[in-house]
Amino acid sequence: MRRNVLPGLRLSLGVTLFYVGLIVVLPLAALVFKAASLGPEDYWRIVSSSRALASYRVTVLSALGATVFNLFFGLALAWVLTRYRFPGWRIVDAMVDLPFALPTAVAGIALTALFTTNGWFGSILADLGIKVAYTPLGIMIAMCFTSLPFIVRTVQPVLEDLDPALEEAAQSLGGSDWQIFRKVILPLLTPALLAGVSLSFARSLGEFGAIIFIAGNQPMSTEITALLVFIRLEEYDYQAAAAIASVLLIAAFVMLALTNWMQSRALRYTVRG
Amino acid sequence: MKIRLENVVKTFETFRAVRDVSLEIESGELVALLGPSGSGKTTILRMVAGLEYADGGHIYFGDQDATDIPVRDRGVGFVFQHYALFPHMTVAENIAFGMKVSKVKREKAAIEARVVELLRLVRLEGLGGRFPAQISGGQRQRVALARALSVDPKVLLLDEPFGALDANVRHDLRRWLREIHRELGITTIFVTHDQEEALDLADRVVILKDGHIIQQGTAEEVCRNPQSTFVMKFLGDANVLAAEVRDGRAYASGAAIDVSGMADGKAELYARPADLDWSAQGPGIPASITRVLDRPDGRRVLATTETGELLEFDVEPERPVKAGEGGFVTLRRAKVFAV
Amino acid sequence: MGATRTGRKPPRVGDQPLFRRMLIGIVLVIVALLIVAPLVVISVEAFSKGWAVYRDTIIHPDTLHAIGLTVFAAIVAVPVNTAFGIAAAWSITKFDFWGRRFLLVVIEIPFSVSPIVAGVAYLFVYGLQGVFGPTLDEYGVKILFAIPGIILASMFVTAPFVARELIPLMQAQGRDLEEAATSLGASGWRTFFSVTLPNIKWALLYGVVLCNARVMGEFGAVSVVSGNIRGQTNTLPLHIELLYHDYQAAGAFAAASILALIAVFTIIAKVALERQGAGRVRRPALVANSAEKTQ
Repeated sequence: MRRNVLPGLRLSLGVTLFYVGLIVVLPLAALVFKAASLGPEDYWRIVSSSRALASYRVTVLSALGATVFNLFFGLALAWVLTRYRFPGWRIVDAMVDLPFALPTAVAGIALTALFTTNGWFGSILADLGIKVAYTPLGIMIAMCFTSLPFIVRTVQPVLEDLDPALEEAAQSLGGSDWQIFRKVILPLLTPALLAGVSLSFARSLGEFGAIIFIAGNQPMSTEITALLVFIRLEEYDYQAAAAIASVLLIAAFVMLALTNWMQSRALRYTVRG
Repeated sequence: MKIRLENVVKTFETFRAVRDVSLEIESGELVALLGPSGSGKTTILRMVAGLEYADGGHIYFGDQDATDIPVRDRGVGFVFQHYALFPHMTVAENIAFGMKVSKVKREKAAIEARVVELLRLVRLEGLGGRFPAQISGGQRQRVALARALSVDPKVLLLDEPFGALDANVRHDLRRWLREIHRELGITTIFVTHDQEEALDLADRVVILKDGHIIQQGTAEEVCRNPQSTFVMKFLGDANVLAAEVRDGRAYASGAAIDVSGMADGKAELYARPADLDWSAQGPGIPASITRVLDRPDGRRVLATTETGELLEFDVEPERPVKAGEGGFVTLRRAKVFAV
Repeated sequence: MGATRTGRKPPRVGDQPLFRRMLIGIVLVIVALLIVAPLVVISVEAFSKGWAVYRDTIIHPDTLHAIGLTVFAAIVAVPVNTAFGIAAAWSITKFDFWGRRFLLVVIEIPFSVSPIVAGVAYLFVYGLQGVFGPTLDEYGVKILFAIPGIILASMFVTAPFVARELIPLMQAQGRDLEEAATSLGASGWRTFFSVTLPNIKWALLYGVVLCNARVMGEFGAVSVVSGNIRGQTNTLPLHIELLYHDYQAAGAFAAASILALIAVFTIIAKVALERQGAGRVRRPALVANSAEKTQ
């Protein structure tokens, strides 16, 4: 280990640890403490109640659907933005960040307005017999919107930095476009795609503001887990809120760990032996 | 495969990288494109490969006009400057890639057998399972060559093949590439900015400057008979003396040399360090030694003439010369160019 | 002799004209439907009842109070998070210490945690059923369902914003410049202000802009801890929800249009800062071919 020669370690590390401790660790520890104080049986009863299970189901399935959509669309968007130049590409590139910049509540009411049966898109879809607002499909669309930038923004820089010589080498060896994409480009994008997918999925699992307006919030069918936590709070059932919130917290940590593991696996070929 | 470039032109934005280059390369020949950076050598190589398209002119492979044939159908093997090995594939997978994507379907066993054969050819037996990040630079270079050879190319093209390697590795690989070329007899073009590399390795050296071919020929031809001051300077160290030609002789600071056939007038005299010698008595160019640099194979003497020109020349290791000594620089041979 | 055909390039992967046009077309349609349409619908709905209703909503005391509270939260939370971000980046990139990588992970936690979880967590610290709540209540200190709670929850959600822009950049820049400045006798602060800060100012501003947007727009975490008291603890996003559920859709969209405008300005600022080079340094782990390049 290198010796630390620069000044300010104590001050900066002190500030950092104090702040992280106070703002991040303490509340999460309090939550875990509260959930743990329930005892295993009560805890299990709450987190495995049929209403909670239904909320996990709709949350996870919608998040999966949204992530799969964003996987394809995000990759296509990143590809178009790095490989092709067309009038207005800079504007499209900037617009990609809108879901991050636009407050979730604003996105929520806007999407609802679009997709209710008398909205611009909702009325057309209603004619086709598709109902979006107040159904799981609406939840999925809200999740698609809020997590859209993750995959684009993780894939884009990798695609930009991809050594053109790799593609040229594959071409000189006779590979077709599809073969080169599948065997050379896609594998090199995989670590970034995985990172984007897990960020996108984690964000969708925890999303609240954009969803509650469009979801309909019917228990057992369109009630997401984050909302169930909120409802338990409003019912002053703090222990249940703590227990279900802890499930979301665990899910977030599992996603974090999974991401790191998948990334290091996908990048194992770069390790020098 | 014989390759012919006919009045080839390439412009990038406003930069004219290649201007009207015509060149013929015989089947089985090993040719070096030699030039400083910006001379257009890499662009020519990439146009032969189909990685760039010529703006004007034609490129023929044999009798076929290949100017507009895309790289994937051109049947060339290209070794990239930084190898461009696929980092997520093992060495064996890298070498097998071209055979797997080929329109000619091959049996899996046949591909594997060919990979083993190529690994043996480039002397990397047993390293097939490694990833590119796990092998040395010289080994990567050889993987890149094996990969390029895997598709039985009509032409082998190498872009600065030894540029990224240490000096001693470079030396060995040079000799080895020459052997491989002799074994396979494949038409080969490589690009380099290192004149020693070009002279050591190539059957023919093509010297480029500013997108033009300045001179071409065997190593002997370009070394013994450089046709311009650029080639003279680019191929190695040279002393330059202002000279004057009168009646078929060139005179420079007290030295004179026959240049029969040259018109009278001002000229420049170029002499390699080995073309000069040192003696205590005249005739010669009066000078005094300013420094002696000792090297394993001889002594390099730095001297200043009475007229203030700086000269460098080599003497045998046992010659007792030292700084401060006065004497005469004598001329064994020199090239004279009119200015 | 071939005619001059300047600027021709051999096709790269995916350069086939038909494929290229189709892909661009599909992507543009989805962008229009999914991203542009919501932005348009906000402005249309905001003025659906006419300019007068729009103006009345904006200048209504509750709306003005919500705007004021939102701005106040940003004024407190953003500078504090900026200071934290700089301290965290300095300690993590300029020193080696045990647990450095772990600290990095902990700082990023708020990114992956649901804002609702964040809100609930604060409840169990400062709420009456929480760790410190009862004690604080005895002394009459009110954190939850009051402004401090809103600010704390906003800080949690945005804690990593500045730090994660600075850390990759300062990591990439290394320690040489600071070590040189110190060896020439500069103090720590002097080194920071005259050597480090000029190199990171755009990235810093970039983080600040994103942090600010998120503080002003945070909904989930704030809705748990605010108590939603109209004219008292309502931030602008919460006010939108209130109006929306009061069946004042035009009013809700009018309030939303302010936040949408802030979002648009945020994006413009982001693009401008990216032109200065901010936001470009990525974590090396995400760059698949980084290993090739560093060799």
